Amino acid sequence: MRRLLPHPLLTPILTVVWLLLNNSIAPGQIVLGLILGWAIPLLSIRFWPDKVYVYKPLTLMRYIIVVLIDIVVANFIVARRILGNPDRLKPAFAKLPLDLTSDLAISLLANSITLTPGTLSARLSSDRKYLLIHALNETDPDALIVTIKQRYERLLKEIFEKC
Amino acid sequence: MLDYLLSFLILFGAIFTFIGSLGLVRLKDFYTRLHGPTKATTLGVGSILIASAIFFSTRGTGISLHEILITLFLLITAPVSAHLLAKAALHLELNSLAKIPTKKVQQEGLEQANQTEVAQQTTEKIEPLTSSDGSQDQELAQKQ
Repeated sequence: MRRLLPHPLLTPILTVVWLLLNNSIAPGQIVLGLILGWAIPLLSIRFWPDKVYVYKPLTLMRYIIVVLIDIVVANFIVARRILGNPDRLKPAFAKLPLDLTSDLAISLLANSITLTPGTLSARLSSDRKYLLIHALNETDPDALIVTIKQRYERLLKEIFEKC
Repeated sequence: MLDYLLSFLILFGAIFTFIGSLGLVRLKDFYTRLHGPTKATTLGVGSILIASAIFFSTRGTGISLHEILITLFLLITAPVSAHLLAKAALHLELNSLAKIPTKKVQQEGLEQANQTEVAQQTTEKIEPLTSSDGSQDQELAQKQ
């Protein structure tokens, strides 16, 4: 089972992506999508060796909604900062100590940080314990880190890691 | 009515994409410039793609959902390229308005950097201990 279906989650996702690419739900395309969804994870197993678990799918949905809303808010905030006086910006670097250990969770967190208001993930330390964040306008880096931890990291930990 | 919605979405998207690009000119250093293209453009391109999906779903044959994929790929790739650019900039030590953390702090974390410094100081004291341990081991081996 493990060898035939290395990533059970990836198969339906790839099938849906294939159907979206072809813009059709014809039976032939579904079969082709399922074959690709089975073959691609099998061939790319060396690239992605760890099995991905989603412990709480509902929390994942909530996380996606939170991030999407934050992306829209982020766009307005950054647009206003760009149009405002750039000399008044106070950029800063901040260090986020990571509680997450799973690779996928860390990369999702880094992606979310970049997409959300005024922050950019700049560097992951080699021991994967710290993420360096650049903030566009931040006077209190400690408060920023607390917000990120509570808003995103807590949810990601619940979703991808067994407590 | 639909035309108004579509033109609103396209104009809105164009304005946001423009603001994102404007950020490259107006902002002062490399790191802050990265913020413009990664954020302001996602909403801009997103709303243009939504307009495209609505347009082809109502006028073409059947529903058009390619655009969801484009949005998804954009959301995945924009932060990754920004992360790589920021990492490269840190490596090259480009000028920054914000104080750049030292290489050591970037690599290992603040507390750990301090710990390694302490560890380096203590290793000198530990070294004779380890060598004596080694000699004890040798003695044990000789006895055996």
